Amino acid sequence: MERVARAWNSDFMWSFRHSPVAVVSLALVLLLVFAAVFAPLVAPYNPFDPASLNLMNGFSPPMEPNAFTGDVFWLGTDDQGRDVFSTILYGMRISLFVGFTAVLFALVLGVSLGLIAGYVGGWTETAIMRVADVQLTFPAILVAMLIFGIAKGITPVDMRDEMAIWVLIIAIGLSDWVQFARVVRGATLVEKNKEYVQAARLIGRRPGAIMLRHILPNVLSPVLVIATISLALAIIAEATLSFLGVGAPPTQPSLGTLIRIGQGYLFSGEWWIILFPAITLLALALSVNLLGDWLRDALNPKLR
Amino acid sequence: MDVPVLSVRDLVVEIPTRHALLRPVNGVTFDIARGEIVGMVGESGAGKSMTGNAVIGLLDRPARVSGGEILLHGERIDQLRGEDLRRLRGKHIGMVFQDPLTSLNPLLTIGEQLMETIVEHLNVSEVEARQRAVDGLKEVGIPAAEQRMDAYPHQFSGGMRQRVVIALALCAEPSLIIADEPTTALDVSVQAQIIALLKRLCRERGTSVMLITHDMGVIAETADRVAVLYAGRMAELGPARDVLSDPMHPYTIGLMGSTPLASAGKKRLHQIDGAMPRLDALPEGCAFNPRCTRAKDRCSSDPAPTLAAGDNRAACWFAGGEQK
Amino acid sequence: MLAYSIRRVFQSIVVLLVVGLVAFSMFRFVGDPIDNMLGQERTDADIERLRGELGLDRPFLVQYGRFLTNAATGNIGISYRQGRPVADILVERAPATLELAAVSGLFAMIMGVGLGVFTAIRRNGIMANVIMTVSLLGVSLPTFLIGILLIYLFAVELGWLPSFGRGDTVKIGSWSTGFLTASGLKALILPSITLGLYQMTLIMRLVRSEMLEVLRAEYIRFARARGLRERAINFHHALKNTLVPVITVTGLQLGAIIAFAIITETVFQWPGVGLLFINAIQFVDIPVMAAYLMLISVMFVGINLVVDLLYFSIDPRLRIDRTVSEG
Repeated sequence: MERVARAWNSDFMWSFRHSPVAVVSLALVLLLVFAAVFAPLVAPYNPFDPASLNLMNGFSPPMEPNAFTGDVFWLGTDDQGRDVFSTILYGMRISLFVGFTAVLFALVLGVSLGLIAGYVGGWTETAIMRVADVQLTFPAILVAMLIFGIAKGITPVDMRDEMAIWVLIIAIGLSDWVQFARVVRGATLVEKNKEYVQAARLIGRRPGAIMLRHILPNVLSPVLVIATISLALAIIAEATLSFLGVGAPPTQPSLGTLIRIGQGYLFSGEWWIILFPAITLLALALSVNLLGDWLRDALNPKLR
Repeated sequence: MDVPVLSVRDLVVEIPTRHALLRPVNGVTFDIARGEIVGMVGESGAGKSMTGNAVIGLLDRPARVSGGEILLHGERIDQLRGEDLRRLRGKHIGMVFQDPLTSLNPLLTIGEQLMETIVEHLNVSEVEARQRAVDGLKEVGIPAAEQRMDAYPHQFSGGMRQRVVIALALCAEPSLIIADEPTTALDVSVQAQIIALLKRLCRERGTSVMLITHDMGVIAETADRVAVLYAGRMAELGPARDVLSDPMHPYTIGLMGSTPLASAGKKRLHQIDGAMPRLDALPEGCAFNPRCTRAKDRCSSDPAPTLAAGDNRAACWFAGGEQK
Repeated sequence: MLAYSIRRVFQSIVVLLVVGLVAFSMFRFVGDPIDNMLGQERTDADIERLRGELGLDRPFLVQYGRFLTNAATGNIGISYRQGRPVADILVERAPATLELAAVSGLFAMIMGVGLGVFTAIRRNGIMANVIMTVSLLGVSLPTFLIGILLIYLFAVELGWLPSFGRGDTVKIGSWSTGFLTASGLKALILPSITLGLYQMTLIMRLVRSEMLEVLRAEYIRFARARGLRERAINFHHALKNTLVPVITVTGLQLGAIIAFAIITETVFQWPGVGLLFINAIQFVDIPVMAAYLMLISVMFVGINLVVDLLYFSIDPRLRIDRTVSEG
């Protein structure tokens, strides 16, 4: 308990508690995450179960009884008869799952490569950094699309829908590892020459152990900031890819997919199909972004 | 000749901060006559640069002139703002900064920088402006001036750059130059040259100079009169010769004792105990009294007004008298 | 300068070769290479000939080399979906993307620099603060949502501008342009804004922060001490120094515009190479995907190279002595 109390009173927590932006962002993110995690309990319907869908429910406006079935849907239904509210909740699951996992993947990959590059040096470092540079010449979203396309080409046709989510995660993750690697490599280079590392070497600790237990904790701070901002970008990337039709499969629509469907009905007046998912996406992206911005300022040693 | 070029009367510069109201310049009074070189000496933070900035109107916010008067050729300039103030700068008052490298725009040739200043203030054609610029460079001793017009600042050495800066300050023919530590950033070998150049040019043109420096040697070489500042107030003012050889204010006496030049022959450099007080922790009465060897009770309640003694003025109840 | 240029050109070639390798691998190992090159309509004779040409049993490098030479001469396979040579399709659709990219880039640069300078000079004004807050929002908004929002506002509600397509185009040689018709120009507006908005925000923030930094410099102070006018100081002195780092970033952004065109083209059903690429992914049309990749790389690498070399001519400090540290 005492440790918790001390942590609560630390500078970091103080600046958090006193920044309305940070508190609101975190609250919003937590709310959305909970809603997504507990979707099966909260959502009135399961939009991913084809058996539960009734086409006659399609195009039902929010809060109005459907012309054919008389069912009422809080936020209306889409063209397939899916309840928009439920689909948003389930869709958020995909967005968040893909986002978190992709960033985790990118983080583990990037941090490992960065540590190795910085610590080992020599050809290994040059090779890793060159690959990073080449990849950096291209925008991440393009890299993600390409990987998705290639992976799709390699997967057998009948497995494509199942694998789509995993392919998405790998694609977004692979497009994102570079910034982690760069930062960690830079920090490793700095730490490598410090005394505690020399000491560990002298005692005979193995390089892996040195990297993990000694250097890693010291490079975590900037990594955390990058991770948060990457999360926002990954969520937007997933939404974009799904919107373009090269992301979440049609049987498991994410927020991006809903927006894609909704765009088709802009002119004909079924505004709810696009509006609610769009707002949700915005809220999610914005709050994660703001949190990341605040985190960066809070952890910036120069501003302390 | 009657009206001094610059007249500063009881100038007060204030900086409002969260904790306190600071007064880096607290009642400074002096004149500069035509063609005269007046030195402003003092430790870092004594208020010399602030005074210079106030005169040319380049005080960085939130610092501002809050009291007193500044008169140029007898007319008040401390109330001027905007366009009026801008017209003054360059044309009537010029300034030379400390670091020639950062004073010049690295992406423009020195010819461009010279000509834009000339064209702005003097009503001449471009051709004539170019000629004047070249002449200006020649005067400050830049070899191959014609070709160097198209050179960039980084292609000059430190001393040459400062010469260019001086040329820039003088090219619009101001009647007063404020030189803020003009040689501090230069190599020792070059310092003397630059100071000599400045002195010669100003003498030739009859330009007055306010020479701000903490280097006593420079003052000894160059200044006609010198003002000694301490914690925003003037401790002493008088002809350079007198102040250097026969100082009146205890602070100046201490300064002279601690200057290798002035105390040639002494075995040990004298050290004044303590340090100049911070602006937010000024002592009551005379700012120097905690460190003063002559201080009496009166000094901690009553800052002395300047008492005249011939051409010299010193802000001390016990000025003059005791020799070093 | 020369050494640096040579090094940069060498680097660029290496990148292109790596990309070529990826494209080649796609052709060779994803799906059937024969299908990729010949499409569905082919005779046995064709297959035999190609087998020989491609040298499918030859060493990897030889195949790779042949692939590159083929690509350089314009033979990058047959599209699965359309059954036509990919090269033809690309040439047909490239003008749409290029025109869009050019207009967006121009929009982003002009507005970006303009707003950036404005918010720097009037940094405490109300307008400046409003613009900065809106720009924060712009960075968080995904491009496709911006596009949809604009469509809703201007096409659905107001009906002023078209919601999809290029409008009428005029063909000049093999280039079909939308600049010469009223409907073509109208159709360009919303997509260009959508595409350029993100870049504009980036440029604006960069210009602003650079200019604020520059305005704090000692030479600006000296310029004021010399009595130069504020306008001359802001635009002659400060702007020039501000633009140097901005140009590099802007140049690099041009490449990003071409890539992000994929999204904008999808939103507006703009018939450019971006939309082509997305369709290719959906249908796993390998030849088109690989060809697009190579095309884009050439553009990126080319632009990066040009920008780097251009940097030299702008900053005179770099011309004389330069030891470049590569990051």
